[in-house]
Amino acid sequence: MEEKIEKHTIAVLVDNEPGVLARVIGLFSGRGYNIESLTVAEVNNADHLSRITLVTSGTRMVVEQIKAQLDRLVPVHKVHDLTDEGPSVERELALVKVAGTGEKRIEALRLADIFKAKVVDATLTSFVFELTGTTAEVDDFVGLMAQLGLVEASRTGVVAMSKGAAGF
Amino acid sequence: MSEQKLTGAQIVIKALKDQGVDIIFGYPGGAVLPIYDALFQQNDIKHILVRHEQAAVHAAEGYARSTGKVGCVLVTSGPGATNAVTGLLDALCDSIPIVCLSGQVPTHLIGNDAFQEADTTGITRPCTKHNYLVKDVNQLARTLHEAFYVARSGRPGPVVVDLPKDVQFADGIYVPPTEVKHKTYRPQVKPEIARVEEAIELIASAKRPIFYTGGGVINAGPFAAKLLTQFVKTTGFPITSTLMGLGAFPASDQQWLGMLGMHGTYEANLAMYNCDVMINIGARFDDRVTGKLSEFAPGSKKIHVDIDPSSINKNVAVDIPIVGDCGAVLEDMLRLWKAKQKRADQTALKAWWGQIEGWRARNCLNYNRTESVIKPQYALERLREALRGKDHYITTEVGQHQMWAAQFLPFDQPNRWMTSGGLGTMGYGLPAAIGAQLAHPDAIVVDVSGEASFLMNMQEIGTAVQYRAPVKIFILNNKYMGMVRQWQELLHGSRYSQSYSEALPDFVKLAEAWGCVGLRATKVEEVDQVIQKMLEVTDRPVIVDIAVDEKENCFPMIPGGKAHNEILLGPDDSPSDATPEDGMVLV
Repeated sequence: MEEKIEKHTIAVLVDNEPGVLARVIGLFSGRGYNIESLTVAEVNNADHLSRITLVTSGTRMVVEQIKAQLDRLVPVHKVHDLTDEGPSVERELALVKVAGTGEKRIEALRLADIFKAKVVDATLTSFVFELTGTTAEVDDFVGLMAQLGLVEASRTGVVAMSKGAAGF
Repeated sequence: MSEQKLTGAQIVIKALKDQGVDIIFGYPGGAVLPIYDALFQQNDIKHILVRHEQAAVHAAEGYARSTGKVGCVLVTSGPGATNAVTGLLDALCDSIPIVCLSGQVPTHLIGNDAFQEADTTGITRPCTKHNYLVKDVNQLARTLHEAFYVARSGRPGPVVVDLPKDVQFADGIYVPPTEVKHKTYRPQVKPEIARVEEAIELIASAKRPIFYTGGGVINAGPFAAKLLTQFVKTTGFPITSTLMGLGAFPASDQQWLGMLGMHGTYEANLAMYNCDVMINIGARFDDRVTGKLSEFAPGSKKIHVDIDPSSINKNVAVDIPIVGDCGAVLEDMLRLWKAKQKRADQTALKAWWGQIEGWRARNCLNYNRTESVIKPQYALERLREALRGKDHYITTEVGQHQMWAAQFLPFDQPNRWMTSGGLGTMGYGLPAAIGAQLAHPDAIVVDVSGEASFLMNMQEIGTAVQYRAPVKIFILNNKYMGMVRQWQELLHGSRYSQSYSEALPDFVKLAEAWGCVGLRATKVEEVDQVIQKMLEVTDRPVIVDIAVDEKENCFPMIPGGKAHNEILLGPDDSPSDATPEDGMVLV
């Protein structure tokens, strides 16, 4: 009775109050759920609301548990499973530092152009690229840069939103 | 609304009064001195001084569970708060409404490793339903009212409000507890009617039905218990319950099968295993109840009523989930059952009862009624007879005596039985008994105890003496941590590693040292007399030391990792094969 592991992107609207992120993270660590990515920032300044986007994986039963557990946290307003609720867009932003000279440096710049990455810092021996894309695109880009002098990568994790006119 | 300024400490007292608090259990310390000062200057709230903060929470639990109200606790910062942690988690596991106020170092010292500082909200986050750190005195009243709302609403639980000392001194505005409209927390009380209709159809079609009920019915209030009883009587179905749910349906009724689970009755467990429709009302498919999950009630359709959506499909996938308050759901069920003129399949039900009576005839709670030694079951049977018809409440500690109490003491009403179910906290029973006794001064409150559990919070005798709470501590003394010993005997080759209670005190002398009454029974014929004497004492606590059979084991028993139909009935009924390894690792 091996159940299939599913990957889900879940958006959570919470009160932006002290400890709320610890509550969410504590829930995942305490109950042994996976977090593949988690992003959080305030999205409504007037009402002090923050939006958390998290990517998790588990069997259908576990994913349903995760949503129910999130929903019963007192400061949580809404929980939406973007994977379940129809088409959505997902994006990550990455900063990627590459150092090198000569042919490798030129190749890095050429690939950055193909991926529509922006150069946000340049020295004679390095670039910092800014790239926005899906997790897979960012993975690909970082993978390629690894062969061209990758120094470090910093990624935001996934932010996501449903397609169409309807809001959260 | 008066704009009159109060100090934070005065706001605390006013908020507690407005929330209907009449008793608060606590222990003073540096960080709560302003609140203790405010308590000193009023007479509406009675403060009960415990001897350890863990006991303050358990006492508040006993108070809450015997009254249906929110229990209230006051502890100081640092060790005061950390000592309360076990009690808080106990209340979380058993869904008991508690508001615990903790002192905190002044806001400007938070994070500086100040004296008696602890990250209380951090430590208690996974042990509470919710917690707050109040940094602004003008948010204090609103936060306290919200804490009470969160504690008692939906699935009840403990809430901590951490109060820095400067906030207790500061002047602020009080706001009364107007209808709290919490901006996010609004649990679903009323069920989806379509789901209830589906459930009714399934219930009416059942051939081998069973009600499996839990603490959710108790938490929904006495009215829910009444509705449950009515519905069960209307359908004529058998009913079993978890440890937490005892008393929601009268144990004296013929339809009652006794408790189910690891130490449940043969008939309850076999009926669960063989049922075709399971009606779970306010229980959570806990591992003590289900046993081996893959063989849990195979071939049954399951209805699950719970106010907490996260309880549904957590351990066991169900066919008809119904989110709502047990009372509200039962009301709808009963109404629809009558409106649709439903009737159970009488022929099938008759055959089902025939099967159940066959299991019942095994008389699974039978034991060796010897004259040579006091059997713990015998002592409880005699206690049961002595309490018959008397207004009484029972608390327990954790272990064999707890299971025997659940098996041998009948509960015909809700809120009469208080035991640490989810967390299994030894030392729960005495403080819980004190809390229940203070809420019901004229009733008989008995803490059914073991000698090892009693030692864990025996300092609370002092509390009971101070407030003249005549609790009866009924120790089934087998000189072992009995349940540990039992598992060691059955699973670890009788190697009794560290489970013998060495160096026990003389409990009679101990009682006398506290100014209590101490009684002892060592022979079968002394039991009745000792119980009689115990019940005659009404002005101070009584410690009763019953020297019971040291080797008695608690049966029936479903060994870890086994299914309901693999239940062992007695010592001669040894496990069919060695407990499988995956069962061994289970607790």
